[in-house]
Amino acid sequence: MWGNVSAEMIKLVKRPANWLLLAVALGLSLLFTYVIPYAGYAGGTGGPTADRGLAALVPAQLVGNSVGGLPVFLGAIMVILGVLAVGGEYGFQTWKTVLTQGPSRLAVYAGKLAALAVAALAVVVAIFTTGAAASLLIAAAENQPTAVPSMGDLAVGLGAGWLIAAMWTAFGAVLAVLLRGVALALGLGLVWLLVVQNLLAALAAPLLDWVATAQKGLPGPNAGALAAALGSEPDTPGVAGIVGGGHAALVVAAYLLGFLAIGAAVLRRRDIL
Amino acid sequence: MEPIVTQGLTKRYGDLFAVRDLDLTVRAGQVYGFLGPNGAGKTTTLRMLLGLVRPTAGRVLLYGRPPASGPLNGVGALIEGPAFYPYLSGRDNLRVLARHASMPDRRVDVVLDLVDLSDRAGDRYASYSLGMKQRLGVAAALLKDPRLLILDEPTNGLDPAGMADMRAMIRRLGAAGCTVLVSSHLLGEVEQICDRVGVIARGQMVSEGTVADLRGRADLRVVATPLDRAAGHARALLGPDAVRVVGDGLSLAVAADRAGEINAALVSAGVTVTELRMVERDLEQAFFELTRGEAHVG
Repeated sequence: MWGNVSAEMIKLVKRPANWLLLAVALGLSLLFTYVIPYAGYAGGTGGPTADRGLAALVPAQLVGNSVGGLPVFLGAIMVILGVLAVGGEYGFQTWKTVLTQGPSRLAVYAGKLAALAVAALAVVVAIFTTGAAASLLIAAAENQPTAVPSMGDLAVGLGAGWLIAAMWTAFGAVLAVLLRGVALALGLGLVWLLVVQNLLAALAAPLLDWVATAQKGLPGPNAGALAAALGSEPDTPGVAGIVGGGHAALVVAAYLLGFLAIGAAVLRRRDIL
Repeated sequence: MEPIVTQGLTKRYGDLFAVRDLDLTVRAGQVYGFLGPNGAGKTTTLRMLLGLVRPTAGRVLLYGRPPASGPLNGVGALIEGPAFYPYLSGRDNLRVLARHASMPDRRVDVVLDLVDLSDRAGDRYASYSLGMKQRLGVAAALLKDPRLLILDEPTNGLDPAGMADMRAMIRRLGAAGCTVLVSSHLLGEVEQICDRVGVIARGQMVSEGTVADLRGRADLRVVATPLDRAAGHARALLGPDAVRVVGDGLSLAVAADRAGEINAALVSAGVTVTELRMVERDLEQAFFELTRGEAHVG
């Protein structure tokens, strides 16, 4: 089992595309959470988020600021990570190469998911770390309090962030298994995450009660509610406290397990062509 | 325990039988040639042997065990061309596979050396030539030091020197006691390296035996003038089924020890005999007859 995990770790770590994804995730996260709001504050510009001011950028807000991107745009990055890791085996036709070395399909898939879970944690930790650095810099420059959240709050924040990131990664992985490749899985996954979810939340839910109710069972809105419960700003795309944090965490965890189980069952059953 | 036994192996896609009721036995130490035209079902059969494709019916036993029951111990394979991670070096590709196979990293350098790729092992796989990719594929198949090696068209895409190297390597492995199942659509290749040959066409095994069995009997070639009179006498002597006119001579389906008798008969009938020799049937001809169902070629 450890052999399969370490093989998958080599594939993940030595793939340049994954480092690009990490760089994009950190860059976007810093840009929209700290750089642009701070530039707006420093320039005295008005606007919908101007009233937040400095109070939203200090280290005390680290947890909410760090998990706020995961429901949508960082989630999209995680979907790409999951699709590339699993869909690549179809695209490069390497399933046959790996499986003829002897390991069972489920052992390889479990190794892959374990490596992806580590990668999801690494992304979340990196976002917290760079966020902490950015907020400490801003607080120091503006003479704001530099107190960071308690270890307990940080641990809950990291755990929740990992749960959301892992759920989206598993979503990408299961799409790649179902669609046996990268292109279609990536396209459809991102359409769902970036377009359909927003249309449902912004357009359909206010018009139709049953859509508003269904939202409470969908992965994206629950990820958004989990982020909201941890202090993410409600004006962040996808963040809205439509359900409580506990409910949201359970639904996100259920989707994570569901995606893992479906992917494993389909991969085990199908022929490798 | 036989390395490979299949019984009634069948794979159906809708109405199409890719493989139908295939019984195949490969014994330990054999280099077994699996021969058939493109699309005959060779690769599908090999994929079923390795558990990549699930049979519709029948069963596969590798050393007495079904391939889906657990790790494929002692089996190495190269199926339908090499496939690796293009962003990794050759060595890293093999390191990844060694970990999947639970083999120590030091095996990687051993197999790289075996296929003569040590010099380029640090380069990205994407930069390899087709021949190097194929050699890396063989290196991966040898990672576990297998006692059974399954190679699907291993010389595809290789230049003549690469093909010769590959054949030499397969013969060497066979001589070292490794059982090898090698599929091919190249007759000369199979003839050079295989102890036994199975011929598959339209998903069914149509012939099995040694290369000599497959080629079948040798014919007696007679060049004589006048040819029509020679043919008439030969038919009278041997029966009409044993005589064919091929080009400017006769092809007689008789054993070599009757050559003298036939010569004497033709000469005494006033026919001038200018050539008399045994000709082995062309393997290609035998193959066409088997795979297309044509009774006579040429």
